[in-house]
Amino acid sequence: MTPPVRTTRLSARDTLSEALAGILRRPGRAVLTALGTVLGVGSFVAVLGLTATLSSRIDGRFNLLTATEVSVQDVAAEHDEFAGPAFPADAEQRLRQVAGIAHAGVLWTVRLDPGTAVGSLPTGAGAGAAEGGAGGGGTAVVAASPGAVAALAPTLRQGRLYDEFAERTHQRVAVLGSGVADRLGITTLATRPVVHIGQEPFTVAGIIADVERRPEHLLSVLVPRATAEELWGPPGPASASLLIDTELGAARQVAGLVPLALRPDHPEYLKAVPPPDPRVLRSGVTSDLSALFLLLAGICLVIGAVGIANTTLVAVLERTGEIGLRRALGARGRHVWAQFLTESAALGALGGLVGTALGELTVVGVSLVRDWTPVIHPATVAAAPLAGLLTGLLAGLHPAWRAARIEPAEALRR
Amino acid sequence: MTAPVIEFRGVGLTYPGPPAVAALRPCDLRVPRGEFVTVVGPSGSGKSTFLNVAGLLDSPTCGRYLLDGIDTAALPDRSRAALRGRRIGFVFQAFHLLPHRSALENVTLAMLYTEVPRKERLVRAREVLAQVGLAHRADAVPGRLSGGERQRVAIARALVGRPSLLLCDEPTGNLDSANAASVLALLDELHGAGMTVVVITHDPGVAARGHRTVTLHDGRLRA
Repeated sequence: MTPPVRTTRLSARDTLSEALAGILRRPGRAVLTALGTVLGVGSFVAVLGLTATLSSRIDGRFNLLTATEVSVQDVAAEHDEFAGPAFPADAEQRLRQVAGIAHAGVLWTVRLDPGTAVGSLPTGAGAGAAEGGAGGGGTAVVAASPGAVAALAPTLRQGRLYDEFAERTHQRVAVLGSGVADRLGITTLATRPVVHIGQEPFTVAGIIADVERRPEHLLSVLVPRATAEELWGPPGPASASLLIDTELGAARQVAGLVPLALRPDHPEYLKAVPPPDPRVLRSGVTSDLSALFLLLAGICLVIGAVGIANTTLVAVLERTGEIGLRRALGARGRHVWAQFLTESAALGALGGLVGTALGELTVVGVSLVRDWTPVIHPATVAAAPLAGLLTGLLAGLHPAWRAARIEPAEALRR
Repeated sequence: MTAPVIEFRGVGLTYPGPPAVAALRPCDLRVPRGEFVTVVGPSGSGKSTFLNVAGLLDSPTCGRYLLDGIDTAALPDRSRAALRGRRIGFVFQAFHLLPHRSALENVTLAMLYTEVPRKERLVRAREVLAQVGLAHRADAVPGRLSGGERQRVAIARALVGRPSLLLCDEPTGNLDSANAASVLALLDELHGAGMTVVVITHDPGVAARGHRTVTLHDGRLRA
């Protein structure tokens, strides 16, 4: 049977305009109601934005220099205590066949006999520690192949670096770090100065002003690897390392190839340390730093939802007369339900918009003060008002249901 | 259409107990089109129940109620809501105007649910406000209107949907005598123009304005 009277309707546009009228005619109340959502969504945006900003900061610190450095450790002793030095004597020749390497070389700190020191005059056996110790204590002697010296990316103050020829012919030459040169009082190479390591004289070929990698070597005396091996023997277990300066972007591939290229028989004797993967770095930061804050923002949103639910429920009770009137004017329960739900959702969405704006202002403000570049993911900005809308929608479910259930006769009696 | 606007056939309403309360004992009533009927009785006599039943805000527990010849007993809720919106204009003692909306917006509210296009709502609301003599107060909010003006806005809201029945519950209950007189004069005028008017009141002076007065006493209706 068809109803004898056309049922009443409430168009979507009318629902929206009634809901907006309900909000806009009471702006003070609307602000208070939406405050929780504003805070919740605002802290969401601020946390996500600040996390993104911080991640981009770490990307900045993760610069060209670290991105092109691979160091290979000698871990042979962990696998076989009688393995001997893991790096073959012709390591640098073999590495020339690996693509993506700019400079590479083996270096280690030489273990000198007790009493042997670095100084202008011979020390050690015969001269006595007390006499010769004046110039030397604490100065490290580092055996470094020419490739390793180049991989340090040094800046020369005077002279030059030693080359392959010096290495091949076991020359007694040394390159001094600026700290050592200052301590030994060597200011010019014009006088052909000589330093003594123990009893051995070394001609100073050059003085390094600065290095971009391994700055501790500014306090070292660098000597050719072959010379050091001839005088003091091979490096002790686990003391040698290989420093590689790679082409940009090749570091991770190089790190994978080098152990095989150098020790195809025992690649496990070598441990290549590539630069950290920036993506891993970022996600690590995101999970550590923001999990707690996101939780707090979520709690804020829940409080916001409870706030909207509470105020809407109070409003429903307050507006019982209005509800009764609307029912008398032909509104069905579902029309009342839709109106209150839309009102609550619109409040949530407005709160979400304001919260998004405040969150972005926070990120920009903090970035301004700390001199950072503010970074906010577009998805964050798009999703935040939707989160507000959803909050309002959920919060409005119960009050709207209550409003729809109010008996019109009861409501109009008041 | 010749059917009476209101036809009660043994209509009664008993609130289930315990104890069961017979708020309106089974009764018959016919209000033909164009009549001005007043329903009078002391408080507690069942006037509110009569309003709720006649206004389709509550369903009778026995009998049949025909509004414009439509049997309302078998109707689902959505059709009862539609009949309220399209056939009945309510006027309440407490006015029930929305406090933050202008007189004009309060009047347009009556067309919100009845599929009147938005532009037409404004035109019709202005017409009806002019009819009740409030064209100049169209943009005032209820707080800025006198009691009599508020009730006339409420009457305009009831009229704008072109109902068959104007159902008034103590329309002068909250008004001083001068304002009450202006509202009653307006009801007289509407009746003169052919509107079917039912006024529920406890005031014998108001009751005397009707063509016909029915009395309610302890839930019993006497024509």
